[in-house]
Amino acid sequence: MHMADALVSPAVAGTMYAVSAAAAGYSIYKVRRESDSSKIPVMGVMGAFVFAAQMINFTIPGTGSSGHLCGGMLLSALLGPYAGFLSMIGVLLIQCLMFADGGLLALGCNVWNMAFYGCFIGSMLIWKNIMRKGASRKKITAASITGCIVTLQLGAFSVTLETLASGITSLSFISFVSVMQPIHLAIGLVEGIITACVLCFVYEARPDILWGVGGDTVSARGRLTFKKTLVVLSVSALVIAGVVSLFASSHPDGLEWSIERLTGSTEIEAEGGVYDTAEKLQDTTAVLPDYSFKNSDSPAGTSVSGVAGGVAVIAVCVAACYVFRFFRHSGQSGLKGEKK
Amino acid sequence: MKSKRRFKSASGQMRQIELLAEKDSWLNRIHPLCKFLVTMLYIVLVVSVHRYDLNGLLGMCVYPIVLFMLGEISVTEGLYRLRIVLPLVCFIGIFNPFFDREVIFYIEGFSFTGRIAVTSGVISMFTLMLKGILTVLAAYLLVATTTIDKICSALRMLHVPKILVTVVLLIYRYASLLSSEVRKMSQAYSLRAPGHKGVNPKVWGSFAGLLLIRSIDRAQIVYESMLLRGFQGEFNDMKNQKINKKDYLFFGGWCAILVAIRILM
Repeated sequence: MHMADALVSPAVAGTMYAVSAAAAGYSIYKVRRESDSSKIPVMGVMGAFVFAAQMINFTIPGTGSSGHLCGGMLLSALLGPYAGFLSMIGVLLIQCLMFADGGLLALGCNVWNMAFYGCFIGSMLIWKNIMRKGASRKKITAASITGCIVTLQLGAFSVTLETLASGITSLSFISFVSVMQPIHLAIGLVEGIITACVLCFVYEARPDILWGVGGDTVSARGRLTFKKTLVVLSVSALVIAGVVSLFASSHPDGLEWSIERLTGSTEIEAEGGVYDTAEKLQDTTAVLPDYSFKNSDSPAGTSVSGVAGGVAVIAVCVAACYVFRFFRHSGQSGLKGEKK
Repeated sequence: MKSKRRFKSASGQMRQIELLAEKDSWLNRIHPLCKFLVTMLYIVLVVSVHRYDLNGLLGMCVYPIVLFMLGEISVTEGLYRLRIVLPLVCFIGIFNPFFDREVIFYIEGFSFTGRIAVTSGVISMFTLMLKGILTVLAAYLLVATTTIDKICSALRMLHVPKILVTVVLLIYRYASLLSSEVRKMSQAYSLRAPGHKGVNPKVWGSFAGLLLIRSIDRAQIVYESMLLRGFQGEFNDMKNQKINKKDYLFFGGWCAILVAIRILM
C-alpha cells in the first residue's frame, strides 16, 4: 500500500505532510512528557524488528501466496500509539530511502495511510477497548484481526481519495474503490491473523510487554488492601449484627428442629447438681441472655447482642493470633540460638 | 526459501547503498542539505507536470542523466529499484487508455492499420510511468551519494525533531543487525523443513515472536550500554558539515536549471 511519488500531486502531498506532521508533533509531545529515555532505544529496536519481520514470508495455506506482519498494530500493541507512530515513521522513511518502497514526497500520505490508522485508530479505538478488562488469546486475536482489517480498509480508502484528488488516473471513484477495498480486506485478514499469532506468543511468553492491557489495573483496583479488607469486614459485621439480626428467624435451626421432633421441645431439660450449678453460673455471667437485655423485650437488645458478639469473636481471634505468633517467634529464636 | 532470498537481497541492497554513499567522489562531498533540497525540488517539479504534458517531463530527464554520468553511478542498480514502484504505477496508469479515449493525434505509415490513433489516455499513462521512474531515480541518487547519518543531519538542519531523527538512525542501525538474525532463523527453519515455501502457519507466532522477544531483550542491553556512554534521550554527536561555495553553486545551479526547464518546456 506504499504510495509512490508519481501517484500524488504536490498539493495533496503537502496537505498530507501537514496532517502527518501534526500527528507526529503531538506524538513527540506525548512521548517527551513520559520522560522515559529508555523508550527511545526500544522504539528504535522495535522499529528495526518490524522492518526485519516484514521480510518474513508467512505461507497462506491453500493459496500459494504469502503475507506479512501489520507493523502499525504490532508496534502500538507493544509501545503504545505515540511511540509506535514515531517508530512507524522511521520504518517508512527507511523503506522509502533504501528500497524505493514509497516516495519521499508521498511520505506524508504513507505515514497517514499506514502509521496513523494503524497506531491511533487500531490501538486507541480497537485494541485498547478490547483489552480494557484484561487480555486473553481470544481477545488478542479479535483485536488484531479487527484492527488490521479496519486500519487497512481505511488506509486503502485514503489511497483512493489521495490518488483521485491528485488527478492522475481516469478511473472513477466507484471503480477504484471497488478494486482497492476487497483486495485489502483479504490482506487485512491475513495480516491480522499473523499479527495475532505473534502477539499471542508474546502474551504467553512475556505478557508484561503488551500495551493497554487493563487486566492488571482492573485487578489492582478490584484487589483490596489488608486495611481496606478489615474495614469492609468490620462494617459488614456491624451491619449484620446490629441491623440484620433484628430480622432473624424465630423458627428453630436445623439441630433444634431435630431435637423438637424427638423430644417435643427445642431444649433438652436436664436435672442434677452439675447442671444446676452450670445454669446458675451462666445466669450470672450472661450479660445478654437469649440475645436480649435482662428483663427486657426491647429489640435493641438483639442488636447490641449481635454487635457485642461480633466484637468478642474478633477480640478472641486477634488474641489467639498474637498468642500463636508469640509462641512461633520464641520457637524460632530458640532454633537460632541452637545453630549459633 | 523465498523469504531468505528476499532478506539476503534486502540486506545486500542496504550494504551496497551504504558502500556507494561512503565513496569519496565530488557528488558525495556535496553538502547533504543541498542534495536533499535539490532532490525534493526535483520531485515536486516532476510530479507537478500536467498528466498530458509528456514533453515537459522529457526535459526533466536532464537531472538524473547528468548526475548518473558525472557521479559515475550505476544506472542498472537504479533501475532495479523500479521493480517495487512500477507495478503499482502501471496498475493505476493502465486504466487511463480505456477510460480516456480522446484522440490527440495519429501516427501514419503503418502497413496493416494505416494509422494508429494516440489517445490522451495513452499519453497520461506514459506520463505517469515516466514520473514514477524519474522520482525513484532521484531518490536513488540521493541515497547513493549520501549516508543515512548525513541525511539525518540534514533533517536536523531542517528542524525535524531530534527524537524522530534518533529513532530513524536507531532503526537503520539495528535493521541490518536484526536482518542477520532473521537470516539465521530462516536458514535454520529451511534446513529443518526442506522444500517448504515460507513459514508454516503452525509456527507463525513462535517464529516471529521469538525474534520479537530477543529484540526486546536486545533493546534493554542497548539502552544500558547507551546510558553508560552518557545517553540522555537524544544523540548529541551529529556532525554538521559546513556549507561551502561549491555546495551553494550546486544548489543554486540545479534550482535555476530545473525551474527553467519546468517553465520553458
